[in-house]
Amino acid sequence: MTTFLGMPATAPRGVGHLRGDTTFPRAARQALGNEQLRRNLRHATSTIRGKSSRVIAELPDWQELRTAGSAIKADVMSRLPELLEQLEARVTERGGVVHWAADANEANQIVTGLVRATGSDRVIKVKSMATQEIGLNEALEAAGIQPVETDLAELIVQLGNDRPSHILVPAIHRNRTEIRDIFLAAMPGVDPSLTDDPPVLAAAARKYLRETFLSTRVAVSGANFGIAETGTLAVVESEGNGRMCLTLPDTLITVMGIEKVVPTWRDLEVFLQLLPRASTGERMNPYTTMWTGVTPGDGPREFHLVLLDNGRSAVLADEVGRQALHCIRCSACLNVCPVYERTGGHAYGSVYPGPIGAVLSPQLTGVEDNASLPYASSLCGACFDACPVKIDIPSILVHLRNRVPHPPAERAAMRAAAYTMDRPRLYAHAQRAAKLARIAGRRGRGLPPPLSSWTVSRDLPAPPDQTFRDWWASR
Amino acid sequence: MSSKDVILGRVRAALRDAPAPGEVPREYRRTFPGADLDLLVDRLVDYRASVRRVAEDTVAPTAAEIAGGTIVVPQGLPPAWRPADVLVDDGLAPDRIAAAAAVLTAAAVAVAETGTIVLDASPDQGRRIITLLPDVHIVVLRPGQVVASVPEALARLDPARPLTWISGPSATSDIELNRVEGVHGPRHLHVLLLDG
Ligand code: SF4
Repeated sequence: MTTFLGMPATAPRGVGHLRGDTTFPRAARQALGNEQLRRNLRHATSTIRGKSSRVIAELPDWQELRTAGSAIKADVMSRLPELLEQLEARVTERGGVVHWAADANEANQIVTGLVRATGSDRVIKVKSMATQEIGLNEALEAAGIQPVETDLAELIVQLGNDRPSHILVPAIHRNRTEIRDIFLAAMPGVDPSLTDDPPVLAAAARKYLRETFLSTRVAVSGANFGIAETGTLAVVESEGNGRMCLTLPDTLITVMGIEKVVPTWRDLEVFLQLLPRASTGERMNPYTTMWTGVTPGDGPREFHLVLLDNGRSAVLADEVGRQALHCIRCSACLNVCPVYERTGGHAYGSVYPGPIGAVLSPQLTGVEDNASLPYASSLCGACFDACPVKIDIPSILVHLRNRVPHPPAERAAMRAAAYTMDRPRLYAHAQRAAKLARIAGRRGRGLPPPLSSWTVSRDLPAPPDQTFRDWWASR
Repeated sequence: MSSKDVILGRVRAALRDAPAPGEVPREYRRTFPGADLDLLVDRLVDYRASVRRVAEDTVAPTAAEIAGGTIVVPQGLPPAWRPADVLVDDGLAPDRIAAAAAVLTAAAVAVAETGTIVLDASPDQGRRIITLLPDVHIVVLRPGQVVASVPEALARLDPARPLTWISGPSATSDIELNRVEGVHGPRHLHVLLLDG
């Protein structure tokens, strides 16, 4: 395949974490055999779902916020070049330096070069999907720089030589005993009498990381939002490790996907209401840090913003698929997905798991490199209901299935089918949901009483153009 | 050709067939009734912050009692609020800040609906680092600084300043979703809500 400069391009092979070693059905079957994993997942996802629906019910205007969030994101995509240049101008005016990275290799080179220039051989990191996507840790290590993950869950994953399995709670697949064992085996200076009590484990991590925070001069972060109008970057978090990394070092390097830009300061009023409630089920996350360039006397003296494409322009080129770029990484779609709940995140092979991963990864890599992922779903529509920015994941899945090159994919699809067909109850349930939606007619209008209370705070699933069973029958 | 040109070229090519930007419907709540202080207190307590309603002239003794040791204060803290045993931040080294028992600051805005306090690094709040390292953060809040909602808070804030939004103490839920306070940031948040 020839690539022309200026033509949308997918993420390159051989770098980063967007492609798994095996197909989804094969990995899923393995995960299904792991009882402990399924128990951990079920507990976690159902807990978050419960918290989330309680705090969402507190907002009378949840649907209007979703509509606004969706429209802002569509607006962003339609004038992305203009907004990115505006963001660059504002950040530069305020003393920041903006870099453009066409793909993972270039982003890794830029960040590695910036760290080298500071003379530091260690960086502290805030949990960030973008840096996981490009495999930044591996690139830094190859350059002799030690990346230290400072989010507790990411630290658990890093010390366990493991991979994250959830966007929000990367160590969701580990229980307390496993975490204690990982700390005992891999945390320098850990107390050998460590128990598996969560506060004790958290205290051990705090002690280990404090010293690192205070003695490391460079930090790397991602960004939840970059505001074009003001040049402000925002990072939303819980633990305070984000504040540490964003405040203490001399140099801050932020890697941001180009789709994370939002037009105006005011737009945050929508996303700061949507994100925490959909994500962790909190009214507001414990900490949000916002900064604009550098502020003399407060925080880092040097700020670098790396704007990353790495396949996003290819996603943008697909008129149906491009809405996957609206994602604000809240992970609500993972927590409601019956397939994710049974397989966990590793089965998806990419740093983006669950329903959003099933549509985003194949588009970022080119669908031939993740051909089984569009089939990693029963099309039940729960992800669409849950999404705070109304991404129609089921429609994108169906659309991508049509783009999968057929012979090998058919085999993959058969295996995926076997998996779902093994679970007739789950399956019948999905079918009923789709029927109900047809009765209700137009999407988002709700059901008549007595079912109306259920639809007050959510959209009904859109009936898939073709149900899984229809598709199966037509094979 | 720079990478910037490459990326912008790709994005423009990808958007050739894209529809023109539409109006963003903003039918969500944009006007709010006055801020409900009781709701704020309720939300703060729900986040395991401690809240006391105090008169302005008792800020200093109350803070001293909560801290039980040296308190770091920003240079611009109102003198009347200063307890006896304070360490004024004139560019203190991180280890001295970390060694203090507590930090005492004012705030910029608070959001009742979410139980959030926002610091904007004004002189009475100081550098971000001072509210990050001590284990206890004591915040003094005036009723006039409390708004009902997130949109109102954003409208009052200046994006050019470094902003820290705080909702309860530092917390993690990474271990079997058990909430544990104070993994990295302050383990305790005390809010002194002034009477007048
Ligand atoms: S697709 Fe929607 S629900 Fe899923 S993570 Fe993204 S924003 Fe959240």
